[in-house]
Amino acid sequence: MALLSFERKYRVRGGTLIGGDLFDFWIGPFYLGFFGMTTIFFATLGTALILYGAALGPTWNIWRISIDPPDLSYGLGLAPLADGGLWQIITVCAIGAFCSWALREVEICRKLGIGYHVPFAFGVAIFAYVTLVVIRPFLLGAWGHGFPYGIFSHLDWVSNVGYQYLHFHYNPAHMLAVTFFFTTTLALSLHGGLILSAANPGNTEEFPPKKAEVKVPEYEDTFFRDTIGYSIGTLGIHRLGLVLALNAGFWSAVCIVLSGPFWNQGWPQWWSWWLDLPIWS
Amino acid sequence: MEYQNIFTQIQVRGPLEAGIPLPRGNDERTGKPFFNWLAGWFGNAQIGPIYLGFLGTASLLCGTVWFVITGFNMLASVGWDPIQFIRQLFWVALEPPPAKYGLSPFVPLSEGGWYLIASLFLLASVLLWWVRVYTRARQLELGTHVAWAFAAAIWLFLVLGLFRPILMGSWAEAVPYGIFPHLDWTAALSIRYGNLYYNPFHCLSIVFLYGSVLLFAMHGATILAVTRYGGERELEQITDRGTASERAALFWRWTMGFNATMESVHRWAWWFAVLTPITGGIGILLTGTVVDNWYLWGIKHGIVAPTPIPEAWGTVVDPALGGSGQ
Repeated sequence: MALLSFERKYRVRGGTLIGGDLFDFWIGPFYLGFFGMTTIFFATLGTALILYGAALGPTWNIWRISIDPPDLSYGLGLAPLADGGLWQIITVCAIGAFCSWALREVEICRKLGIGYHVPFAFGVAIFAYVTLVVIRPFLLGAWGHGFPYGIFSHLDWVSNVGYQYLHFHYNPAHMLAVTFFFTTTLALSLHGGLILSAANPGNTEEFPPKKAEVKVPEYEDTFFRDTIGYSIGTLGIHRLGLVLALNAGFWSAVCIVLSGPFWNQGWPQWWSWWLDLPIWS
Repeated sequence: MEYQNIFTQIQVRGPLEAGIPLPRGNDERTGKPFFNWLAGWFGNAQIGPIYLGFLGTASLLCGTVWFVITGFNMLASVGWDPIQFIRQLFWVALEPPPAKYGLSPFVPLSEGGWYLIASLFLLASVLLWWVRVYTRARQLELGTHVAWAFAAAIWLFLVLGLFRPILMGSWAEAVPYGIFPHLDWTAALSIRYGNLYYNPFHCLSIVFLYGSVLLFAMHGATILAVTRYGGERELEQITDRGTASERAALFWRWTMGFNATMESVHRWAWWFAVLTPITGGIGILLTGTVVDNWYLWGIKHGIVAPTPIPEAWGTVVDPALGGSGQ
């Protein structure tokens, strides 16, 4: 069940980081593993606590449910469950689940004999999340600076924190992060489009038209050289995509951890160092 | 670490590639190709040649006119002082005409006339480049997926600079050219229309933007992880599945219970990237034309809780609920 036609020969034992053969098996398409067990533990507990928090809250409207961090007055201490304590435990569960998931990916990489790029990339996303809900609140001295778990409530948080610094678009790290987000999406559309266009070439130009032949990578290179003068190539585009995407996540983390712990005025004022350089007069 | 294929350790140099021969009626390719060692460290070492043709040349010329008009207007705005131009480069702008001129094309040059002329050249440049992308693909007998993805971006560009200003009845609604000025425009639009975060199409656009970055991280990392099995030759893997495809698919199947194929992952990629500007453009087009305040829209449709008012304040009327906000 759930085995792909070629899958059986890849399902080998071993490659685990911890516990030897313990939990070294599959459930349907899923690999379990020791870190699968810890993922299930953290994810189940965290989800149950979110449901509990929603039940304590004023609404079951999916858009408005929010699990809020404690009040600033609790500082870096523990808060009562209904008063932000749930947010604290859920945050621990989330970090536990994310790290377990990354380690389980490492084990799967080892089973398949492939590189560790995916768990590493996921690690950058975990780093950005931890920056947002642990590092920055810790530096500011209160868990209340964490962000709420809710669909529109987290947008309100982003909006409010942004305007605390008057105009967040002037945050240089935010500028970099947004540029990386847009550039990654541009590169993704070009890469996806190029592969699809070579694999689904449509008809030939002659009349009457025939089905054109599926193309090889030499056509990819020619199309991009013809269009912009450079083709980064089949290998390079995946390096570029990964580097762009990881930078988007990394600079997002930088832009928020700078705001507060390292800069507490409006971001437009930050640029005065440039306007005040002694070289202008 | 040495097996992670982060960069190309040994650059193999064959002869320079001239490119696939083009059918009759095409121009010659321009430029003598050459190798660049730094480029080869990350991707292909070969730079050039390029196909310019009529469309490429015309597009670059129009783009240059836009760039020069914008640059000289910025230079004029700092009194033609090149030092101040560098100093204030992020602050200077070429602004659209003020609202009093409506949609008139006859605006004094210094009051936005230059903006309209420059915008016309930018529009021509972008549309010519689209035809060029389409034509280059067809001349090589490739599909036109890249051109249609580009068209999705042009949709957002047209909404911002043409469709929405026309619906609003004024060129003043268009986006200024300049680093900080276009960011100011973005923030001002959001505040004026009750916070764009409550705009559901803005939500969708952000989801697809972040989703695109997530997808490229997943896809780029997966392919790099299986390059030791030749996984980066994706077209060969699509037509003749090898162990690289199988391992890439099984990684995600074992991780999350689902996998794309070597071809379908690019369909996911294309749609996520393309839907980012399509949904974003819809969100902008509705803003100010159909919906005047996204916060009140959110309250009306139950997705936003009204701002709580402390009891001690007594009866307070939310200023956003009355007057011109409606």
